[in-house]
Amino acid sequence: MIEKTPILDTLTYIFLIIGILIVGFPIIYALIAATLPIHEVSRVPMPLIPGREFLVNIKAAWINGNLGTNLLNSFIMASGITIGKITVSLLGAFSIVYFDYRFRTVAFVSVFCTLMLPVEVRILPTYQMAANIMGPFQGLWDLLHLNGIVGWIVGHDIDLRLDWSLLDSYTGLIMPLVASATCTFLFRQFFLTVPEELCEAAKMDGASAMTFFRKILLPLSKTNIAALVVIEFVYGWNQYLWPLLITTNPKMMTAVIGLQNLIPAADDLPYWNVALAGALIVMLPPVLVVLFMQRWFVKGLVEPEK
Amino acid sequence: MIKRSVFSSRTLPYLLILPQILVTLTFFYWPALQGLMQSVMRSNPFGGRNTFIWFDNFIILFTDPLYLKSIMTTFFFSACVAAVSICLGLFIATMANRALKAKAVIRTMLIWPYAVAPAISGILWLFLLHPSYGVVSYAIKHWLGMDWNPLLRGSDALFMVVIASAWKEISYNFVFFVAGMQAIPKSLIEAAAIDGASPFRRFWTITLPLLSPTLFFVTVMNIIYSFFDTFGVIHTMTQGGPGGATNILVYKVYQDGFIGLNLGASSSQSVVLMTLIIVITVLQFKYVEKKVQYTG
Repeated sequence: MIEKTPILDTLTYIFLIIGILIVGFPIIYALIAATLPIHEVSRVPMPLIPGREFLVNIKAAWINGNLGTNLLNSFIMASGITIGKITVSLLGAFSIVYFDYRFRTVAFVSVFCTLMLPVEVRILPTYQMAANIMGPFQGLWDLLHLNGIVGWIVGHDIDLRLDWSLLDSYTGLIMPLVASATCTFLFRQFFLTVPEELCEAAKMDGASAMTFFRKILLPLSKTNIAALVVIEFVYGWNQYLWPLLITTNPKMMTAVIGLQNLIPAADDLPYWNVALAGALIVMLPPVLVVLFMQRWFVKGLVEPEK
Repeated sequence: MIKRSVFSSRTLPYLLILPQILVTLTFFYWPALQGLMQSVMRSNPFGGRNTFIWFDNFIILFTDPLYLKSIMTTFFFSACVAAVSICLGLFIATMANRALKAKAVIRTMLIWPYAVAPAISGILWLFLLHPSYGVVSYAIKHWLGMDWNPLLRGSDALFMVVIASAWKEISYNFVFFVAGMQAIPKSLIEAAAIDGASPFRRFWTITLPLLSPTLFFVTVMNIIYSFFDTFGVIHTMTQGGPGGATNILVYKVYQDGFIGLNLGASSSQSVVLMTLIIVITVLQFKYVEKKVQYTG
């Protein structure tokens, strides 16, 4: 900057350090708590010197919180959402931007209506849908009194039910969260900035639509894809309400939901050290993804605003 | 909207858009339609036909003192979350923008809470603010001499969930504010400095006004976040209690629909939430359009 302001500069760094400490405080404190035995963690105020029980607490959290299974489930769910969303929206955006067909506008509008509506506002009907994905067909079946007709043809009363539940399945965990247009919108925005000449040149060289997509558009979208991988992975890993509803089987529980079982209830012994050790394990994967892919993540987060 | 040079194919574009349309129809339009229908029906608890009851569910909803209280709680809650996280985010971003050294380290240290799940943020802060074991509650009780019990007193509980929700959002706002500040032309600020404007004055008269589009966007995103994504915070920390003091709208939908099993009430609440978010989105798009006209 143009003037010299030594006092203000010092203050800047002091405030920055305070800010970083405030932001980091819950984690630092949780890290210390996770190293202490129970009688020290329940002392108020808790000692601030790390203890030696870190591995013991981690192990206890791993076993009590069933973290092995849960982390795997979370990983499958987060990766499924990431891959599903990016694949679906890359293809969709390609179709909308690079083709001219009759229902293009209809497709465009109907997809983009979903842009801002999160799954949280339509949980109950989405749950019913997931409980029986054949629901709409069942409705049609009932409406047309097909049971009666089939019964009349076969000669005796039958009750045919169309039933296919997605509850307690990876499909059920993943698919409803793939139904969002955010990524499609971003890819559309990006494709529109790709120079026309590239497509014209490719066509002149006799490339088909899919060749152009694979050989030119995909390599160009690499940074955008990387950014969305970070954002969607974090989004998928941190999902709460939907997995809470759709999984009842402990084998299908995700890691973030499973942590609830580790929080000491009012009458329990206050095993906060174990609960916090568990919380630290579960938050590690998305935090690492964000830290290691920081550059793309910041780009992906800030870009759509423009 | 579309490229000048396009590929021509009869079936390919439909095949490409098909997965997106299928997923959207099954998990978006059909459920939304079901929700709309259920919101004007009374479900029969013993199975059988549902009765069409016009807007009775909505009338019941908006005359229910608990629902009205939940609306007030939600608005108050999201205003607090947005205010706290925007103020802190803006302050830290301003400082980070002034710093000349160690920029990358500073950014790294401030960015990671974004990746922490709201529910985990809830656990971390529940421990810090726990009436019997928390160190922050110890400080509040012994240094400030205030009575503190978020498990029993509503206002304390609301304060607790605001802190846990805002903490996570500081880093999100920080990223946007830093990006917004870097987009402000250096020459503008230097010119003001040459004219003798102090750093504070420059902040209020140059940085902040030029940051207003970012500020608006971040406010909208924070409100949406505190309306919907904070479910995890509420669920781990208070479960809507004590006495409904932290029962925000999205938590109430869950409670009435999945614990109370009142389909009509839950669906009409979902419809209210959908309307609310559509209004916010339309407002935001209108504003963004204006911004585009202004700059281009």
